[in-house]
Amino acid sequence: MAPLKGEGRADFSWRLAFVAGLVVAPLLFALFSGAPVAVSTPHPVWMMALGGIFVGYGTRLGSGCTSGHGVCGVARLSRRSLAATVMFMASAIATVFVVHQLFGF
Amino acid sequence: MRILSALVVGVLFGLGLTISGMINPAKIIAFLDVAGNWDPSLLVVMVSALAVSFVGYRVILAREKPLYEPSFHLPTKTAIDQPLLVGSAIFGAGWGLSGLCPGPAISATMLFAPPVYAFLAAMVAGMLLHDFSGRRT
Repeated sequence: MAPLKGEGRADFSWRLAFVAGLVVAPLLFALFSGAPVAVSTPHPVWMMALGGIFVGYGTRLGSGCTSGHGVCGVARLSRRSLAATVMFMASAIATVFVVHQLFGF
Repeated sequence: MRILSALVVGVLFGLGLTISGMINPAKIIAFLDVAGNWDPSLLVVMVSALAVSFVGYRVILAREKPLYEPSFHLPTKTAIDQPLLVGSAIFGAGWGLSGLCPGPAISATMLFAPPVYAFLAAMVAGMLLHDFSGRRT
């Protein structure tokens, strides 16, 4: 996901169009496939909210996420993105390990 | 045309996230749960996404400029610095806690799953927290 802070109004409008496309895509899929889109959240809501704060803060500080670093950056063979991807994958796997194995969720 | 192409690209990205299951927190958490009920199927998504974008970038960046923009805008930073690593570690923890990353979370806005709204509100708060804490990247 590209950050929404644009350089100007022209930048804002294409970003908005991109987000609009992103939002309608699952609806289009459900409409044309006839199958509902599964969104199930196995962790409690407080964990979702805490996760949200971490994701918002972390992607800003680290300048990217799964798509930005993980796909786009790594595909361009950026060493920075590769380091970021290894870091967030390791951190995410460790977090799920702690939450499931140590705290029993 | 510029706006239309952004819209089409957004739909394409969203369809990919939907069809692959990236939009489903349960699927992400199972992918990350290597010591438990591990579901490695998202590896296929990651590898095929990388294969397509690897070839795609080579084709597109060989052009002089994009179709609807005077020049390409690529990241210029190359240093593997502390904000990159700390930020990525924090992001990873949030991804593991929630099973959501920013793209899929936004894509799921119209699917009326209340926990996703809790996540989205908190994500915006986290971004603002970063932007107003004076630690700019």
